[in-house]
Amino acid sequence: MKNTQNSLGAYLKKHWKTVVFLVVVLIGIGIADQFVNSFMRRLLNLSAIYTIVALSMNLVNGFTGQFSLGQAGFMAIGAYTVAIFTVPVGLRSTIFYLAPMAPFLANIQLPFVVALILGGFLSAGVAFLIGSPCLRLRGDYLAIATLGFSEIIRIIFTNTQTITNGALGIKSIPTISSLWWTFGIALIVIIACFLLINSSYGRAFKSVREDEIAAEAMGVGLFKTKMTSFLISAFFTGIGGGLYAALLGTVDPKQFYFTLTYNFLLIIVLGGMGSISGTIIASFVVTLGQEALRFLDEPMAFGLDLPIFRPGLRMVVFSFLLMVVVLFYRKGLMGTNELTWNFIANKFRSIKSRFTKKAASAQGGDSK
Amino acid sequence: MSLLKTENVIMQFGGVVAVNDLNIDIKKGELAALIGPNGAGKTTAFNVITGVYTPTGGKVLFSPTDNAGVTSEIDISGKRPDKITGLGIARTFQNIRLFSDLSVLENVLIATHLNINYSFLSAILRMPKARKGEHEAKEKCEFLLERMGLIELKDEKASSLPYGQQRHLEIARALATNPQLLLLDEPAAGMNPQETDELTDLIFKLKTDFDLTIFMIEHHMDLVMEISDHIYVLDFGCTIAKGNPNEIQNDPKVIEAYLGVDEDVED
Amino acid sequence: MVVGMTLSTFLQQLINGLSLGSLYALIAIGYTMVYGILKLINFAHGDIFMMAAYFAYFGISVFFLPWYVTFIITIILTMLLGAGIERMAYRPLREAPKTSLLISAIGVSFLLENLATYLFSGKPQAFPEFPAMTTPIFVGGLSIQPVSIVIPIVAFFLMTVLLFIINKTKVGMAMRAVSVDYDTAKLMGIKIDNVISSTFAIGSGLAAVGALLWCMKYPSVLPLMGVVPGLKCFIAAVIGGIGNVKGAVLGGLILGFSEVLMVAFFPSLTGYRDAVAFIILIIILLFLPNGILGKKQVEKV
Repeated sequence: MKNTQNSLGAYLKKHWKTVVFLVVVLIGIGIADQFVNSFMRRLLNLSAIYTIVALSMNLVNGFTGQFSLGQAGFMAIGAYTVAIFTVPVGLRSTIFYLAPMAPFLANIQLPFVVALILGGFLSAGVAFLIGSPCLRLRGDYLAIATLGFSEIIRIIFTNTQTITNGALGIKSIPTISSLWWTFGIALIVIIACFLLINSSYGRAFKSVREDEIAAEAMGVGLFKTKMTSFLISAFFTGIGGGLYAALLGTVDPKQFYFTLTYNFLLIIVLGGMGSISGTIIASFVVTLGQEALRFLDEPMAFGLDLPIFRPGLRMVVFSFLLMVVVLFYRKGLMGTNELTWNFIANKFRSIKSRFTKKAASAQGGDSK
Repeated sequence: MSLLKTENVIMQFGGVVAVNDLNIDIKKGELAALIGPNGAGKTTAFNVITGVYTPTGGKVLFSPTDNAGVTSEIDISGKRPDKITGLGIARTFQNIRLFSDLSVLENVLIATHLNINYSFLSAILRMPKARKGEHEAKEKCEFLLERMGLIELKDEKASSLPYGQQRHLEIARALATNPQLLLLDEPAAGMNPQETDELTDLIFKLKTDFDLTIFMIEHHMDLVMEISDHIYVLDFGCTIAKGNPNEIQNDPKVIEAYLGVDEDVED
Repeated sequence: MVVGMTLSTFLQQLINGLSLGSLYALIAIGYTMVYGILKLINFAHGDIFMMAAYFAYFGISVFFLPWYVTFIITIILTMLLGAGIERMAYRPLREAPKTSLLISAIGVSFLLENLATYLFSGKPQAFPEFPAMTTPIFVGGLSIQPVSIVIPIVAFFLMTVLLFIINKTKVGMAMRAVSVDYDTAKLMGIKIDNVISSTFAIGSGLAAVGALLWCMKYPSVLPLMGVVPGLKCFIAAVIGGIGNVKGAVLGGLILGFSEVLMVAFFPSLTGYRDAVAFIILIIILLFLPNGILGKKQVEKV
C-alpha cells in the first residue's frame, strides 16, 4: 500500500487523457499568446478572469448552496489592492490630486504578484468579518446581507479619498497583457477547486447544500464549512479582481456596482450551479458572447437601419437569456455533472445510437 | 452503567408541551425502544437528545468512553448537533434525509468528515496525510456498505435507491460517524413483514458487531418486543410506562393509549 | 449633541425624515407582503417602482394626459405589471428549489433595468413639475414643501386601508392564511393563485403611489432609480420584521429618519448616506434576527 513514490506517476498514467488535454491547452495558450491580436487578447484575458471569479462564486453558491451576492465587493478589494500598491510611487501625487495619498501607503510599491496575493488575503480577511454574522442567517437573508456588504465596500471606496482616491479612481496601473498571467492563474484556480471539491471538504460543502440538518447530524459543522468555502471563494475572487485591475489599467468604484455580480450569477446559472466545467464553459460563452452580440447595439446590424438596434439591446438579450435558462433549463448546461471523458463518451454513444436507430427504422420501417 | 440519561426534560413550543418530564436511563450495551401513538413526542425527544432543540427544562447527560478508555458524564443539553455527534451519538431520520444528489458512497463518506485530521490546504495539495486519510475513510465506508448490502450500488445516486435500501443507507451513514449510541427513528417504517424480520436481525447484529447501544423509535411491535431490553412508552409527551417487553405488553395504560378504552369489554 | 442646528432646522429635518420614511414604508410593504406569502425576496420590486415612474413620465410628458388620468393609469399599469411578473416568472417555479426563485427574481430585476435603459436611454429624464407641491410654504417659521406633508398623509391613509383589508375582509384573511401555512391553505380550498396575484398587485400598486409621490419630490427619472431604494426598502421590511405590514411601516420610518438625521448631524458623512441602511440591517440581523415586530420561526425536523 505504501506506493507513495509511484503514486504521482501512477496517477498521471491513469488520467493520461486529461494530462494530454492539459498539455494541448498549455501549448494553445502559448501559441495564442504569440499571435493573437490585442482585441482578442483582451477578450481572452477577460474570459479567464471571469472564469476565476465565477468559479469562486460557484464554490459558495453552487457547491455549498449559500446564496452570496458579494462577488463585486471582493473583486473591488483585490482590484484596489493591486491598484494602490503597483502604481509607481512617482505617479501617485498626480493621480491623487484632490487629496494626497495617505502617507503610510504613498511610498510602498509592491511587485505585482505580491500585491495580487495580498489582495486575495485582504479579501479573505474581509470575508471573515462579513461571514461571521452573515453565514448564520437564513438563505434569503444572506443574499441581501452580502449584497449590502458589497455595496458598503463600494461606498467606502468612493469616500476614502486618501486611500482609494474616492470617486476619481486610480489609473496608470501597470498592465499585463500576456495570456499566461490570467490563464495560468485560472488553471491553478480550476485545479485547486477540482481538488477541493473531490476531497472530504468538498463533500462537506455539498452536504450542507443538500440538507443542512442531516449534515449537522452527521457531524459536519455548518458554520465552519460555510465559512471555509466563503473564505476560499473570497481569496480567489480577490485575485481575480487584482488581475482585472491589471488588465484594465484603471479602477474606479463605479466598476464594482453589484450589477457586476449579476454577470457572474448569469454565468454560474448558465453553466450549471454545481459544475466546475460548466462554469468554465459558460464564462467563455458569456464573455465572448457579450462581445459577439455587441453589434446589436449598433444601428446598422444586419445591414438594415432599424431603430431596434441601439445601445442596451445586447444586455436586454442577455437578461432574456438568463430568464429563459432559469425558467426552462434550471439546471443550466451541465447541472451538477462534470465534463469528464466518460461524460463525453456517453454523449457520443447516445448520439450514435440515435442515428443508428433512425437509420434502422428508415430501412426496415414497414416490414411486418 | 448509564450511557444516556435525561433528567426531567421538558420541551415546549409556545403553548404546546411536546415532551413532558422525560426521564430515561439507557445502559451501555442496551437496546432500548421508545414507543407511543403518533404525535406522542418521540421524534421531539430524539431532537432534544441530538441537539436540534434546546430543552425548555431539564438536562440530557451523555457518558461516552473516549479513546483512552476514560468515561465521563457530559451535559449535552442544547449543544450543537454536530458537537453531539462528535461525542458519539448518531441518528437516522423518520423522513429519510439522505443527500439526494450525491452518490451512495459519498453519503457515507460525509459522515467521516468529523474525524478528519488534516486541513483543507492539505486536502487541496494532496499531502500524504490527506491521501492516507481519504483512503482509510473510503475503505471504512465501503466496509459499512458491504455490511448493509449496498456495496453494488455505491456509485448510484442516493435518490435513485428503492425505499428500503435508502433506510439501510441512512443506517450505514450514521454508523460511519463511529457512534457509541445509535438513535434509530422508525427504521422499519414502510417495510413489509419479511423486510422487518431482516431488519430485526440486522439491528441485533449491528449492536453486537459494532459494540453499540441502540435507542429506537418504532411502531412495528414485533420488532420492538423481540429485541428490546427496555421500553419507554410516551403519550402526549408524558411517559406512561417503562419496563421490559413483558411488562409493557400487559400494562393497561399502554393498551389504553394505543387502542382506547373499550367500554363494554367482557373479561 | 444637538449642536450647530436650530430648533426649526431640526423640525424641518424631522419632517423630511417623516416623508422619506413614509415613501420607504409604501415600498417596503410590497416586499413584506410578497415575502410573507411566498418567502421570496422580490428583487424586482424596486424596478417595478422605477417602471411606475416611467409610466407616469410618459403619461404626462409624452402623451400629454392630465395628471390625474396619468396617475390612475400608472397605478393600474403597475399593478398589472406586478401581477404579470408573478404569473410569468415566479408561478412556474413554485415547486422549484428556493434558489431558483431567488435567481428568477434577480433575473427579472436585471431584465427590467436593462429594458428601461434600452427603451428610455440611461439619461435621466425630468419628471414634470408640480409647483403646487414643491413651492415651499411657510408654517410656523418653517419652510416646508407641501409634498413633504402630503406624502405621510397619503401613505398613512393607504396603510390604514390596507390593514383594514388584511384584518377585516375575507380576501385579507385568505392572505394571512396563506402566509402562515401555505399547504394547509391550499387544502382548505383557498384559491392560492388569486391570493398571490392580489398580493403582488396590491404591493405594486402601493409602490406606484410611492413612485408618484417620490417623483413629485425628486423629479428625476432614470432606469436605475429603483435599485438603491429597492434595496433599502427591503432592508426596512427586514428591520421591522419581514412578513409583517406594520413592521414594514415601522422599518421604513426608522430608516427614513436615520438617514435624514445622520446627514443633518454629520454633513461630512453625506457620502455614506446609503450605507446607513446596510449598517442598521447588520445590527438588526445580529441582535434581533426576526426584526423588531417579527416572530421566531421554528423549522420542523
